[in-house]
Amino acid sequence: MPALTRKEIDEIALLARLHLEPDEAERMQHEVGAILDTFTALAAVDTDGIAPMTHAVPMDLRLREDVVGPSLSVAEALAGAPKRDGDLIVVPAIIPGSE
Amino acid sequence: MTRPIADLLEEWEPVIGLEVHVQLATASKAFSASAIQFGAPPNSLTDPVVLGLPGSLPVFNKRVLELALRLGVATESKIRARSRFARKHYFYPDQPKNYQITQFDEPLCEAGHLDLILDKRIKRVNLTRIHLEEDAGKNTHVGAVSHVDLNRAGIPLVEVVSEPELTSAEEAAEFMRALHRLVRWLDISEADMEKGQMRCDANVSIRLRGEDRLGTRTELKNINSFRFVQHAVDHEIARQLRIVDSGGRIERETRLWDAVAGQSATMRTKEEANDYRYFPDPDLPPLVVDGALMGNVLKSLPELPTKRFVRYQTELGLAADDARTIISDLELAGFFDKAIATRAKSGKAIANWMLTELLGALNADGKDVGQSPMSPATLAALVGLVEDGTISGKIGKEIFEESYRTGEAPAAIVERRGVQQISDEPALWEIIDRVVGANPKQAESYAAGKDSLFGFFVGQVMKETQGRANPVMVSDLLRKRLGR
Amino acid sequence: MAAEYWSVAETAQKVASGEIKAANLVIALLARIADKDRELGAYLAVDEEGAIEAAAEIDRKRAAGEPIGPLGGVPIALKDMLVTKGLATTAGSRILAGWKPPYDAHVVEKLRAAGAIIVGKNNCDEFGMGSSTERSAFQMTRNPWDAMRVPGGSSGGSSAAVAAGLCAASLGTDTGGSIRQPAAFCGVVGLKPTYGRVSRYGVVAFASSLDQVGPIARTVTDAALVLEAIAGFDARDATSIDAPVPPLAALATAGVKNLRVGVPKEYFEGAIDAEVRAAVDRAIEVLRDKGAEIVNVSLPHTSLALPAYYLVAPAEASSNLSRYDGVRYGLRAEATDLLDLYRRSRGAGFGPEVKRRIMVGTYALRSGYYDAYYKKAQQVRALIKRDFDEAFTKCDCVITPTTPTAAYRFGAKTTPVEMYLGDIFTLACNLAGLPGISVPCGLTSENLPIGVQLMGKPLDEQAILRAGVVIEKTCGLGDRRPGGF
Repeated sequence: MPALTRKEIDEIALLARLHLEPDEAERMQHEVGAILDTFTALAAVDTDGIAPMTHAVPMDLRLREDVVGPSLSVAEALAGAPKRDGDLIVVPAIIPGSE
Repeated sequence: MTRPIADLLEEWEPVIGLEVHVQLATASKAFSASAIQFGAPPNSLTDPVVLGLPGSLPVFNKRVLELALRLGVATESKIRARSRFARKHYFYPDQPKNYQITQFDEPLCEAGHLDLILDKRIKRVNLTRIHLEEDAGKNTHVGAVSHVDLNRAGIPLVEVVSEPELTSAEEAAEFMRALHRLVRWLDISEADMEKGQMRCDANVSIRLRGEDRLGTRTELKNINSFRFVQHAVDHEIARQLRIVDSGGRIERETRLWDAVAGQSATMRTKEEANDYRYFPDPDLPPLVVDGALMGNVLKSLPELPTKRFVRYQTELGLAADDARTIISDLELAGFFDKAIATRAKSGKAIANWMLTELLGALNADGKDVGQSPMSPATLAALVGLVEDGTISGKIGKEIFEESYRTGEAPAAIVERRGVQQISDEPALWEIIDRVVGANPKQAESYAAGKDSLFGFFVGQVMKETQGRANPVMVSDLLRKRLGR
Repeated sequence: MAAEYWSVAETAQKVASGEIKAANLVIALLARIADKDRELGAYLAVDEEGAIEAAAEIDRKRAAGEPIGPLGGVPIALKDMLVTKGLATTAGSRILAGWKPPYDAHVVEKLRAAGAIIVGKNNCDEFGMGSSTERSAFQMTRNPWDAMRVPGGSSGGSSAAVAAGLCAASLGTDTGGSIRQPAAFCGVVGLKPTYGRVSRYGVVAFASSLDQVGPIARTVTDAALVLEAIAGFDARDATSIDAPVPPLAALATAGVKNLRVGVPKEYFEGAIDAEVRAAVDRAIEVLRDKGAEIVNVSLPHTSLALPAYYLVAPAEASSNLSRYDGVRYGLRAEATDLLDLYRRSRGAGFGPEVKRRIMVGTYALRSGYYDAYYKKAQQVRALIKRDFDEAFTKCDCVITPTTPTAAYRFGAKTTPVEMYLGDIFTLACNLAGLPGISVPCGLTSENLPIGVQLMGKPLDEQAILRAGVVIEKTCGLGDRRPGGF
């Protein structure tokens, strides 16, 4: 598993929507690279036919009856919203497909 | 120099696959108990789960599974005994968690099919998959900002993905109609496209006829009516044809359909495509479909519309158009089936009376068939009176109106009003003799070849009998009497 | 013994009997926190008003002859990863600064229903990502035993508060050792229940398939009592196990006669501080003396727990933390467009360790990388679980050190990987979904606590509690308290 290039760091940071200052990105390149290095031990393990363990305890999904419960009041729902216009949350304009 | 599209279509074949989202008609959301209601005040139908608040967890709604299974069974899909929810990541303000709970490599249904009624034949379109997911909220663009309303977030959806087997915009539109009819028929969604309860993305490509390989496809998003499906796909086919005709290449891209402008615009190209980073949702163990649940679904499933479409034609001799009209609505088809249950041999006549008289009357009252004051059995009885000659068709219409209005049984009305049809031959001879005798000039002219006077004599006989004379017999006897 | 070091059971009994009023107890405790916590830094927020009100309500109920609950009047703190209605919840992160949740976590509801007094919110590493509480965005928490040393993490505030007598118990969260490791560093008991034993509803998610809430307390029995109060089925968490909760505190004192305790050799092969090693060996001998059957077992995939964990946890974290975007709540940076809003809010709101893990997780989940990373790690995880299944055919629980060393000095671990290596003994427990407990088993020559870890079969918290009580009695810290507290 090769070390990370700066370009990859930038791509991943974009996917993760993380702004990194240039020095931060550089540090990240080394640190994340070092962490990825520790994963090489996994590649050597024979896992043929082993089902991935996605849950800590095996169980089936429980189903909820279709019964309506309480909703939050609009005031409660939007209490934390940094920017609002009346009962709507405001974000910078979305240009279709830009995001 | 551009060639007409029709010419280009001789050479090129369009290939269309659809991805249709249908909201399921549940009371509460897919993963929380928050209510679902169209048109509620903004952000009034949320809870910690819908808002994606820290610490909130999804709990799956059983009804969503039941409704989706109906569609899965109705499309003869393979139902996965253990399917799985996955997270699909993309940042967007209407997506509170910035990931959508959906199904990825282990969907609930695969390899089903949907039957389309094209003119008089049925086209079977294969379905790649039907999977479960949650809807997003709604962004509204207002000048320099966008507004976010999360009421819609978390509403359960099925996504129905067709194989690329549709070859024209008409077929694409028909696919939508067939799916619309089916989900309403199965009572799993209102599928009101104006309310966004059914929405469509189309993958469109073209290839040289005879070619096996698919061409580069574009994805059209945001198609929200049957008409737009046809417009948007037609428009895209034409756009692609023009590009290849002028020596260009089709770009893999996502295009947004603008129904108002009647055109599409690039949304993003492949290079900008997101990496959704799917992985099994650790908050949701595998979704298991057990025998008991399947049994309930199978029990509750009505006979499918295309099956009935065929049955009505082959067993009852209905015209294709009438059969199609009846299956367009489960209630109408149910009414019809109940009516013919008491009088199977009169299927065609019952269809006629139901589609013209009954629907006409209901329409005038602003009612739908579920609110009909006349029962299926009553309609069948009325048709029976006409068919066995007790009353004429014309009288039948009067009796229908009275029975529809008052609820009185047609036979009773006939009895009370004494409007039984006169089919007694000697009695009819007597009347015909009288009529012909009273109109010697007309009889002469008819005998001399003036055919149009035949109707005059029929009319006179009907007038004499207040319309009760059996019209078939009248016409028969008149011909004999007038000698031609 | 001074009231601040009363056990949970003792406190509940004294309030129930009327020997002390809950209000008086709470007022004294609040004063002590105001005095001692300026230096210690265990609390991010103290809910004075709420605590006094709740205590007064307990006193009223008692006076009226109404039941006050098994934890009636017991002051309990919460790691700030637990959501509290109307009380700021930050998860130790700037991105949530000032956020007041509109609801209570399931465990908070349960504590309130049991009569506990919620004192306040304990400091922690940001989103639980850290092993020293140095990654909190807000403040440092000192180890009560040595102010120059870390309390461990990520539930460092909880452990320090319990050790320093600033609450009777605290709830922590444990994703890879975050309850057990700081408990070991601070000389208290930390119990991570079986995955699914306690509802995660209202627990700020770090890694959903690993996270579990559990008590940090001064005695094993206290931990068992608190677990009894918070455990049990909750329909709001799809991974909650629908199984009865036994009377754990009562069962904990059953002794270890005929209990089969496994010693997994892989946990004793690497670099372990000699004093830690000696203390754990002593604990094993004590168990043998008291009638336990000590058996050698092997957990061959132990060394893979670290890479598997540091893949699974960041991958899930990168997903869970995508909701922090400055749109619906939390920190929002000035931005020119939507993309900028996301990137700047998250860039400013998250600290370096959280960013690193989001980067690692995002890297591993990309299409084309998923199979080689996330999926592979989950397969290795299955092998680790299989090791335990095999070992548990020979024993009822296993015993290991909780940490390779006692508490280290601030700033001692300079690289992320060095920090991660400190967690090697606690990760497998989460990967396999097992119950685990850290119990104090002595002090080093520098007067620093040492912890021993016990891990049991799923839903068998009893076995590790029984062994824990015996170790506590014979090699625990007794009445030894950190100086100055």
